[in-house]
Parts: sequence; C-alpha cells; structure tokens
Amino acid sequence: MSRRQLGAAALVLIALALVPVLASTYQTQLLTYGLTLAIAALGFNLLLGYTGLLSFGHSAYFGAGAYAVALMMRYSGITSMELFILGGLLASAALAALFGVVCVRHTRIFFAILTLALSQVLWTLAYKFFWITGGTDGLRVPFAKLTLVGGLVSADQFDKFVDAYYYYVLAVFCICVALMWLIVHSPFGKTLQAIRDNETRARFLGVRIWRYRWLAFLLSGTFTGLAGILWVPLNGLTTPDVLYWPQSGKIVFFAVLGGFRNFTGPIVGAVIFNYLEVYAIAATEYWQLALGVVLIVLVTFLPAGIVGTAQRLAARSR
Amino acid sequence: MSLLRTEALKKHFGQTRAVDGVDFIVNQGEFLSLVGTNGAGKTTLVNLISAFLAPDSGRIFIGDRDITTASVHERIRAGIARSFQLVNLFDDLTVLDNVALAIFARERKTQRILAVAERDAAVTREASELLAAFGLAAKAAAPARGLAQGERKLLDVAVAYALRPKLLFLDEPTSGVSTRDKAQIMDTVSAVVRGGGITAVVIEHDMDVVFKYSDRVVVMHEGRFLADGPPEEIRRNSEVAKHLLGTDV
Repeated sequence: MSRRQLGAAALVLIALALVPVLASTYQTQLLTYGLTLAIAALGFNLLLGYTGLLSFGHSAYFGAGAYAVALMMRYSGITSMELFILGGLLASAALAALFGVVCVRHTRIFFAILTLALSQVLWTLAYKFFWITGGTDGLRVPFAKLTLVGGLVSADQFDKFVDAYYYYVLAVFCICVALMWLIVHSPFGKTLQAIRDNETRARFLGVRIWRYRWLAFLLSGTFTGLAGILWVPLNGLTTPDVLYWPQSGKIVFFAVLGGFRNFTGPIVGAVIFNYLEVYAIAATEYWQLALGVVLIVLVTFLPAGIVGTAQRLAARSR
Repeated sequence: MSLLRTEALKKHFGQTRAVDGVDFIVNQGEFLSLVGTNGAGKTTLVNLISAFLAPDSGRIFIGDRDITTASVHERIRAGIARSFQLVNLFDDLTVLDNVALAIFARERKTQRILAVAERDAAVTREASELLAAFGLAAKAAAPARGLAQGERKLLDVAVAYALRPKLLFLDEPTSGVSTRDKAQIMDTVSAVVRGGGITAVVIEHDMDVVFKYSDRVVVMHEGRFLADGPPEEIRRNSEVAKHLLGTDV
C-alpha cells in the first residue's frame, strides 16, 4: 500500500470515528448497518472479483451468522458479543465449507444456481422448523441483553447502545478490511486472480484449482457470516428473510454498485446501497422499481461501478 | 541418457489417428524440435505427455518413473512444464506477477495467505532476473494484456521456464509473430533454456528456425514418426522433403 493510500485510509478512519460525535443516533445507526453490510460485500467479492465465481447464495452465510447469534442467545443464555462472534464464525465457516465442497466443482451459471439452490434449502428449513427458529416471527436479539468487550460495555438505552456498537462494528470492520487486503495481496490471493484470469494456465503451474476455490469459498462465506453476526443485534431480530434470495441479490448489488474489480468498490457499494434502500423506501412505495432502475443504469453505463469509474476518470485526468 | 520416454503411445479421435503408437525419446540436455504438417499429431503428443489429454493406450516415463496416469500437478512436480500454442497468460496481472506466480507455485508458497506477495524479496528478485533474461524487464509493471504478440510469446515461455522444469515443451513459440521477432524470440529462448541446462522440446513449423536451433529433429506425419535425427540428416531426408517441404531433395 502506498503512502498516499495509507493517508487516505487514515483520513477516512478519522472521519468514521467522528460520526457518533457529529451525527444523530439515526445516522450513526444507518452507518453501522452500512459497515456490517460492507463486511459481507468484502467477503462476497473475494469470490466474484478475485476468483471469478458469482454466488447467488450468500444470504446463507449471512443468515447462518445471524441465526447462530439468535439461537445462542435464546437457547444457551449467552450474552457476550465475543462468544456470539466465535459461535457465529464457526457456524458460517462450517456451512461454507460444506456448501463449498458441492459448489466449487462447477463454475459460471452452474455455480451460481447451486449456491442459490443451497441457500434456499436453508431458507426453507428456517421457515418450516418454526419451533426452533421461530418461523416467520423470527428470533429476537434484544440489545439490552448484549455485553461487549468481555462484559465491559453494555447499554440499557438504545442511543447509548448505538454509539458503543458503532465503534465495536467499526473496529471489526477495520480488522476485516486489513485482513482481506492482506489476503488478496498474498500469494494465495494472486493465485485466486490467476485462476480467475486463466484456469488452464494456473493448472499447468501445478495449482490445484478445486482446493483454492474451496478455500476462497470458505473465507468468503465466513466473512459474510461475520456480517450477519454483527447485523443481528443492531436489527434486534432475525427472520427467514435474511436467508431468502433477495438478500443474496442485495450482496451482488453491493459489488456491482461499487465495482467488483477493485478492492474498495464493494465496501463503498454496500454503504451507498444501504442509504439508497433506506431513503428509497421512505420516499416511495415503488422503491424496488427505483433500485432496479439504478441497477440497470449501472450495468449499462457504469459497468466498472462507482469506484471503478471514479478511478478511470481520475486516471484519464492525470 | 533418456529423460522422457513413451511406449506405443496412442490417441485416436474417432477415425483420426492423432498419435498412433509412438515411441518417443527425449534425451537429457537436448534442444529437440518436433515438426510436421498441420494435423500430424505434434500438439496431441505434447498434450498427452503434459496430461492435457489422457492416452487411449501406451506408457509415459520420466526417467524410470511411469507417469502415464499421473495428474497435471504430479507431472509438474516430476519436472514437466509447457507453454501453449495460443498464448496463455494471466492478462489482468502484471508481467512480474505472471512470472512470480510460477515461482510461488514451484516453491509451494501459493497457499500463504497472510503475507504480501511483493514483499517476498527472493521471489521478486528471481522474477525480475528472469524477466531481464527474457528481455521483458522494462515491462515488469505493465499488465500482461498490454504486451505485443512477440512479448506475450516470450512471457508465456518465461512463465513455464520459471517452474525450473527438467523438460520444457514449447508449443509454437514463434507462431503469429514477424520474421524479425521470430529470430529474436528463438535467440532469447534458446540462450536462456540452454543456459539453464533445461531439456526443451519445441513444436515449430518454420524449418529455418528448426534447422538453426535444434540438436535433433523429430518429424511426425499422420500420427507417426517419419524421421528422427540431427538437422542436417533431416534436411537431406527425401521422405521429409516430400511430406513436409513439398519438394524433392
């Protein structure tokens, strides 16, 4: 990473740290949602942007993380966010490992359809096994029961919780960004990009394609699971909707909106999408139509996404 | 001493006998050219040896080891590498990354997940030296897709060479480039490969190139070997002249 990039990252981090001080509770809450979704987008893009595999089933791992937290809270009485993260990561990683075995033997449309089908199996289970999952009522994760940082932080008022939780999510987000940056710039990450660009040549360098795709799938699902883990206390509730295919579609949308051929694109896409969705819902009952138009405009006129297009314009102006 | 040996290797595609019971020997340290008209079976033979295709029957040995059923991965570990007739590169990666990736693969470092690739000084240095040897040092930071055809051909060979194989198959390294570039490519490839002590098998159509650079020439025709010998002997062979050059000696 160049000094200029490091400087820019430091400025963004300072600005993010000031949000609860300068903005309202509602805006802080909105950005917290955005940051959790950005973690999902980071994970998703390891598959799409760096490995060349388009998953339409990432709701499965997002939902696995969310449900793991809700089930742990309901059935074990655990209140520690750190234990939720541990349990949720194990659940989403195990699920991604299992689904990955099935999916990464295929590519392109076959891969996409398999990921979609498997995620919908999970959605059906959450929907039908209502005596465990609460069915369409879902499972509650009340913020007042939650403790952060080994029990050092807890809040009985929502605005206090939002401020504390914002910094908690921001810290996890920063760790995730650093970790993912390292992964995509590592020999492993370069190998994934090589597989994306030219599978045959990668094979003839002695790379075992299946193994790398599976590892990418596992990491991708685990990051997305972490997003679900962080999202559910903020939302206060998880329902089968988080496992349903539109949730997977949203995650694809994040990457397309920001641009999936660069590192920061999906992060920016997730945060912007969150605002777009919230304000579109507030503005019109036809909000899906509005988001659909945005998607069509993006794919037609800005295939590189917001960040990709900005980078191209900046490069042209130099 | 033979490095590679095939016994009665056969591959048919329906009625077409692409490789028809070939006994092929490659000796340690030689620069061998495999020639023949289109459809003679040259690329199929290389595809069989490199595990791109499975043979119908026959055996393949590297040294004394039978690798007939070995996977691509196992054959690379056994010391076989190849370049491709149609250039096969990682187009979105830089020229340096293309070569570095081959070195990471050779050194079994591709599973390193929490280390920045560029900070591996040994790999970066070796990749830079290799690019300099292939005359591509100035393009190290450029994406591979931006290279000219001749440079792409050289990079394709460099990537295969970076695996430091015992035996390197080069499938038409000069196809699609100008006559001037051909000489430059073959001068570079020949110098680097011979300098590295690597045994090479080159599939080539240009007989001037074949006669100039090869230690031995093997001529294929309709899936079988038509002739095998030093360039001068092949040049005088009337069967080769008839089938390959379209002339009488």
